[in-house]
Amino acid sequence: MLDTLLYLLWTVIKIMMIVVPLIIAVAFYTYFERKVIGSMQIRVGPSRVGPLGLLQPFADVLKLLLKEIILPANANRFLFVLAPVIVLAPAFAAWAVVPFSDLLVLADVDAGLIYVLALTSLGVYGVIIAGWASNSKYAFLGAMRSAAQTVSYEISMGFALVGVLIMGGTLNLREIVLAQQGGIFDWFWLPLLPLFVIYMISGLAETNRAPFDVAEGESEIVAGFHVEYSGAAFAVFFLAEYANMILISGLTAILFAGGWLSPFESVPVLGDTVLGEGSILWFLAKTVVFMFMFLWYRATFPRYRYDQIMRLGWKVLIPITLVWVMLAAIMVVFGLVVRGS
Amino acid sequence: MMKRIIEYFRSLMLLELMAGLGVTMRYFFRPGFTINYPEEKTPKSNRFRGLHALRRYPNGEERCIACKLCEAVCPALAITIESEEREDGTRRTTRYDIDLFKCIYCGFCEESCPVDSIVETDFHEYHFENRGENIMTKEKLLAIGDRFESEIAANRKKDAAYR
Repeated sequence: MLDTLLYLLWTVIKIMMIVVPLIIAVAFYTYFERKVIGSMQIRVGPSRVGPLGLLQPFADVLKLLLKEIILPANANRFLFVLAPVIVLAPAFAAWAVVPFSDLLVLADVDAGLIYVLALTSLGVYGVIIAGWASNSKYAFLGAMRSAAQTVSYEISMGFALVGVLIMGGTLNLREIVLAQQGGIFDWFWLPLLPLFVIYMISGLAETNRAPFDVAEGESEIVAGFHVEYSGAAFAVFFLAEYANMILISGLTAILFAGGWLSPFESVPVLGDTVLGEGSILWFLAKTVVFMFMFLWYRATFPRYRYDQIMRLGWKVLIPITLVWVMLAAIMVVFGLVVRGS
Repeated sequence: MMKRIIEYFRSLMLLELMAGLGVTMRYFFRPGFTINYPEEKTPKSNRFRGLHALRRYPNGEERCIACKLCEAVCPALAITIESEEREDGTRRTTRYDIDLFKCIYCGFCEESCPVDSIVETDFHEYHFENRGENIMTKEKLLAIGDRFESEIAANRKKDAAYR
């Protein structure tokens, strides 16, 4: 009995150790986004709250929490409140199987890859429910767009993961990273370059980020599925979106960029120093690089037209992934790529 | 046909997107143009037309002689003047109101004034907190004139050669 309680307590503590830094990371990611996009548009971004505007995210959160949550007339009360939770829960739950380093992983499950794929696509239910429960045409249009888009890009994302699966020979995320040992050119991004690019594009589409943000499309349907949400409920949607972006960045780092492994692993002199050792810092550094790319794309590309999104997903990305999955299989069978060298 | 195939494979290399990313990255490292307003300010012309003021002569006598030229020329009908004879026999205003909500800051009142009484200062950082404060009365305008007299005089002097 005591053992069970201790185990439960220890697990809760471990979950907190992931979730709390994640929430703080989300807060500063919003700050980072405004600063980066500001710089790219030759502005300065937030600079008033605290030194360099560093306290801006806390001011934003405080403002949102103090605001009223408005329930629209004729909205479905239960679903309206439930939707933000359904969006947020998978965004956090997926972190359970993410290996931060060789030993730092909450749940080292064998089907980690499938678990992640399942949870990242679960979030769209929250979006659909939010759009439906709001009883607003804009929200509903946003939800429909988001659903169609997520379903389409899920496929190319899945095939990109199949490529990783073939290369790594396992569904366990930790073992996938271990299969990439041997320095920067042994990571999967090189043999799976098209899949790597497609995974990042699909990741953008999955998280409804620019240039695939038609689900929110400020200029057409106001704010899309969360147009009726305000205050803390809106904050939860915001939190989920950014948590998802961080998750996709982390997964890209794990699946294609060697997770916690050092890029200098097999470099003659450098590889023997501290820089050559794999650690959580390498994982975080890679994640931040991919997080930066999300913002970079947002500052660069204009929004896709809706039919163009569908065309890109079905007629370009899926065929390419299919071809490359076959090529990856051939590479593995004929020993052109050696696992975990 | 061959051309279209080459074009297709070229599009797969995402060259245009890379070029676009290059542009934003170049701008990323460029310093911003932003001027942090309350601490830093852009230079202002000495002809800047901001808040109005009524000036006085150095001996303290108000300049305005109630000729009502400014009232007549004002395209926005923002100026209202009432006048009567003062004890010393001169014509003076009893009321000189400018409605700042109507005013379009064209500067015609300043141009029309034969005694350089009504002027527009280069002061533009003002606000109202209650209804009715938008009406600048004679007392307020004279007070502004007293407060900014040195700046007003300096700006007129700089511009004198071009008038």
